Amino acid sequence: MKILIKNGLVIDPANQVKETLDILIEKGKISKVGKNIKAGADKIINASGKIVIPGLVDMHTHLRQPGREDKETIATATAAALKGGVTSLLAMPNTHPAIDNIQAIELLKSLIKQNALADVLICGAITRGRLGKEIGDIPVLKKAGALAISDDGASVDDEKLFGQALKIAKAQNLLTICHCEDKSLSNHGVVNLGIISTKLGLKGISNESEYKRVERDLRLAEKTGAAVHIAHVSCKETVEIIRQAKKRGIAVTCETAPHYFMFNHDCLADYDTNKKMNPPLRSPQDQQAIRQGLKDGTIDAIASDHAPHTENEKDIEFDRAEFGVVGLETELAAGITGLVENKVLGLTELVEKLSLNPARILGIPKGTLSPGAAADLAIVDPSEEWVVRKDGLVSKSKNSGFLGQRLKGVVKYTLYNGKIAFPAQIN
Amino acid sequence: MVWVRKDLLGLEELSREEIELILSTAESFKEVSTRDIKKVPALRGKTVVNLFYEPSTRTRVSFEVAAKRLSADVINIATETSSVKKGETLIDTGKNIQALKADIIVMRHNYSGAAVMLAKHLEISVVNAGDGWHEHPTQALLDIFTLKEKLGKIAGAHVSIVGDIAHSRVARSNVWGLTKLGAKVTVCAPQILIPLAIQDLGVKVTSDIGEALADADAVNVLRMQFERDSSEAFPQQIEYFKNFGLTRERLEKAKKNIIIMHPGPINRGIEMSSEIADGPQSVILEQVTNGIAVRMAALFLVAQAREKLGVGSTKR
Repeated sequence: MKILIKNGLVIDPANQVKETLDILIEKGKISKVGKNIKAGADKIINASGKIVIPGLVDMHTHLRQPGREDKETIATATAAALKGGVTSLLAMPNTHPAIDNIQAIELLKSLIKQNALADVLICGAITRGRLGKEIGDIPVLKKAGALAISDDGASVDDEKLFGQALKIAKAQNLLTICHCEDKSLSNHGVVNLGIISTKLGLKGISNESEYKRVERDLRLAEKTGAAVHIAHVSCKETVEIIRQAKKRGIAVTCETAPHYFMFNHDCLADYDTNKKMNPPLRSPQDQQAIRQGLKDGTIDAIASDHAPHTENEKDIEFDRAEFGVVGLETELAAGITGLVENKVLGLTELVEKLSLNPARILGIPKGTLSPGAAADLAIVDPSEEWVVRKDGLVSKSKNSGFLGQRLKGVVKYTLYNGKIAFPAQIN
Repeated sequence: MVWVRKDLLGLEELSREEIELILSTAESFKEVSTRDIKKVPALRGKTVVNLFYEPSTRTRVSFEVAAKRLSADVINIATETSSVKKGETLIDTGKNIQALKADIIVMRHNYSGAAVMLAKHLEISVVNAGDGWHEHPTQALLDIFTLKEKLGKIAGAHVSIVGDIAHSRVARSNVWGLTKLGAKVTVCAPQILIPLAIQDLGVKVTSDIGEALADADAVNVLRMQFERDSSEAFPQQIEYFKNFGLTRERLEKAKKNIIIMHPGPINRGIEMSSEIADGPQSVILEQVTNGIAVRMAALFLVAQAREKLGVGSTKR
């Protein structure tokens, strides 16, 4: 099967390309990028007026399988991913069972093989059961294919234990993804600590509960020389700490999620549980610092932190509702709407943060349109607007923070391994 | 000024004019309770459901008396939160009550935001009778009503609120209501019980009771819930009385006619001494009487708004 994509604005930061070009795809790979490619293609896609970008690499997702298939499955999550232009996604290990041993990772691999519609990558757990008590089978997980380790949802509170884990990760040449939260400081809070917690009468989560743990993790990273990646950066202090750490040469990268640059805590005025996440939506000053961090390169990547929850877990009292939102289907449009339209990033920089940088952080040969690379790409109309609605979402759960909101940027086609994977009916 | 909200959820969302409308409506209802036959037909044929997820006697009884003096039928549901956790969701409970063709739900709930959520999902009216630490609008309205009776006007008056500000819905609703009406508000509490950034709501903050009383026209003393959440730092009872309790000695340094308010029930000897609670400056029992008029006004206005808007409208 040969596919020829004609006259799209090709944006490929890996090759510093931003030009109207054709792309020829053969045998699942990109075979040629250039002007006026003539080839006897089986299918020609006219991409005129559209942008052609490498498929997104979302390095922070919760697929819920195995264990919570009522929220999401590998099949529904990857279908949602394709609709959002995402072709590679890193699955966090907080499933049931947690991905902390050989049986669990083998089970996950077989589920992926049977169900995945896109490239699902595996993040193993740091500690057994993600309980922070005992280090799990990290070398075994690495050997079985885990690209990173994390206890995401929790931080390893025990400093000594976490230091040991980093040493093992360093020896294994494995990335450690840090969920930075000191739970003794966040103390069952549900919204940002400050004027919003005061107004709503809810328990607050301080910036301190995040950045103090970032400081600790970076100190241990510096000591051990292990590569760490700070997940879901939400506050100004964290941005500044990472900015300084990078200057000092510490091997740190980080991500933020679309909600932290799109929203701030003022969006919670009516107790919308689809704006309840952990870390929480912070102040307008923090939102501004996140945008600045994206702009100056302190923040390397944008990841969705896709966290599906059923309506039963969200349409309840705010204190009792689960944390988190789905995001695979909206992250690209959120980036265009919140960052490109506001001149925080150019399209090239946005693609870097959504695709190339996470691929590099994870050490996978994705996020590029170089000839020879897997033909994972998205064809996007960057100026078409749409309104996010429950019934339009492919994900099994509908807990989007963007419901009712108008976004710019519609994915027209997603190609995965050289096949048109979205829209599905094409094949 | 016409009332158009189907619900009364808090004072934050109300304009000064809306607050004044409730107060003036309450004034006209106050007389009903002085009659031989304490009843008007305003809500005849309407059903009011008191849905209480937290134990409450005075607020529930006050709403029940108010509804009955308006000739409404009243049903009381008291539910332990623990059983709710196992069973029906709040939205389902609300929809069931709506399906019974009730007209107004008066709800007390231990979680902040519960009334906002319920109102969003129902076509019938919701009156918030206190949600978590968030708001208790009718309590603040009756406090303000009482103050207005005593002082003549709220604008320019200096009101101090003393007690556990951090965990108080009464404090929050009073802050919103009083500041909107132009009062000068001071909140006074031990440092650990002052919520972050409360000064951004336009109030003065102090931990010095002397300062809070110094030029206050009224002091609203909150109930200290020593029985609550033991996981957090909380002052000792004796310590609290020593540093914040209202005593004759402290009031001698305050304005001569300072008005003493308390939403009840009083912890005598902790929040204030008995001689102050029972003294000539105390309006605590007048607050209880005024509570009925204010709640009659609230029930009447939301019922009327729903009729005007037509059943099915979700404006609030």
